[in-house]
Amino acid sequence: MIETPQHLVQTPSQTVGPFFGYALPYEGGAELVPGHHPAAIRLHGSVIDGAGEPIPDALIEIWQADADGRVSRERSSLDRDGFTFTGFGRAAVNLAGHYTFTTVKPGRIGEAAPYVLVTVFARGLTHHLFTRVYFPGDAALHETDAVLSGLAAERRATLIAVQDGPASYRFDIRVQGDDETVFLSFDEESTRG
Amino acid sequence: MTVEPQSTISAEMREIEADARRRVDAGGSPELHPRRDYAPYRSSLLRHPTHELVRADPEEIELVSPAFGHTDVNPLESDLTIQHTGEPLGERITVSGRVLDGEGRPVRGQLIEVWQANSAGRYVHKRDQHPAPLDPNFTGVGRAITGDNGEYLFTTIKPGPYPWKNHQNAWRPAHIHFSLFGTAFTQRLITQMYFPGDPLFALDPIYQSITDPAARERLLGRYNHDDSAPEFSLGYNWDIVLTGPKSTWMESEEAHD
Repeated sequence: MIETPQHLVQTPSQTVGPFFGYALPYEGGAELVPGHHPAAIRLHGSVIDGAGEPIPDALIEIWQADADGRVSRERSSLDRDGFTFTGFGRAAVNLAGHYTFTTVKPGRIGEAAPYVLVTVFARGLTHHLFTRVYFPGDAALHETDAVLSGLAAERRATLIAVQDGPASYRFDIRVQGDDETVFLSFDEESTRG
Repeated sequence: MTVEPQSTISAEMREIEADARRRVDAGGSPELHPRRDYAPYRSSLLRHPTHELVRADPEEIELVSPAFGHTDVNPLESDLTIQHTGEPLGERITVSGRVLDGEGRPVRGQLIEVWQANSAGRYVHKRDQHPAPLDPNFTGVGRAITGDNGEYLFTTIKPGPYPWKNHQNAWRPAHIHFSLFGTAFTQRLITQMYFPGDPLFALDPIYQSITDPAARERLLGRYNHDDSAPEFSLGYNWDIVLTGPKSTWMESEEAHD
């Protein structure tokens, strides 16, 4: 491949490692809206390895539209002023491998069923993983969603949160194993797993 | 758990690199990123997916990125040597460069976060058990927002190498962790910058998880004497290239940013 100013080759990924805890999490990072927001939901789950054990040192990021399907362009994604919805969240899992966000259920954008984009980082993961959280109330839209409709039923189920309370959704992330979560590649070339 | 010698890990790494080279010699593209399934890095064994990633067309949310601004980051946060009352111990350096996309366009106004060990190879993290001293004048965390040309500059201390428990006598080459956002969320990148000539490169399964030698070199900062400040600091340069899918979604406000 010829490297010219018009075509630069991307910088490779390296693992986030175990010691990001004092650097990347920030105050309010997991609260995209305050808990008392009338439309607040809990989005939570465990991150689990190929032996079924929780991963206690993962970092989860989410990025999503607001309840009306608008994508925020506010330039303050780390700043939590209590009013502005920026759509970005970051949470380190606890020692039991569990993460929790307070957010809103995203509205629909375009043809896709509503979803929250999820990025998983962890020690042992040399390159982050992307996945999406879809919501169980949108079953009709899932039939025509470009990603979900292309998956076998048991694989598709790994991308749909389970409602476990009036405003609570559980989304476990299994990075390896029989019920491994579907992870997505947005690159044009296929990516090695 | 058995503690394996470096020779076992090194033999595994050589075998995987030879396999990668054969694939390229047979006409395959060099692997740009590390392998997720890279057994010499033992923590990856149970933490890599075994299914192929599912190819998806990015939607609007994947083609834009969170926006960051000067209310998020104080400009002083890019100097890791002024966060305490005294001067940190070690070799003062600057690391500067540009964040670019695959077409060479600057990634402007985006967040860079860095974290690193101190000059003795110790992280300010409660789970770091390495018996090297903490430096009361060094935390090792910095943040910056890229400028109009995608540029950034951190002032810090050269981190030390440190031992870890992947295998017997395992040491990480000195590195600075970088976290980056592009203009599309698909460009999100967390990586590590290394220093040229480190004798630990050939022994380190995290660095070697990138099987292509040319790709590994993209993680090396370059010493630039012109960026060294007399009587003060040594200068390193490192440009970072974020690429993702070809974006067809145009941001209407782009011209105003």
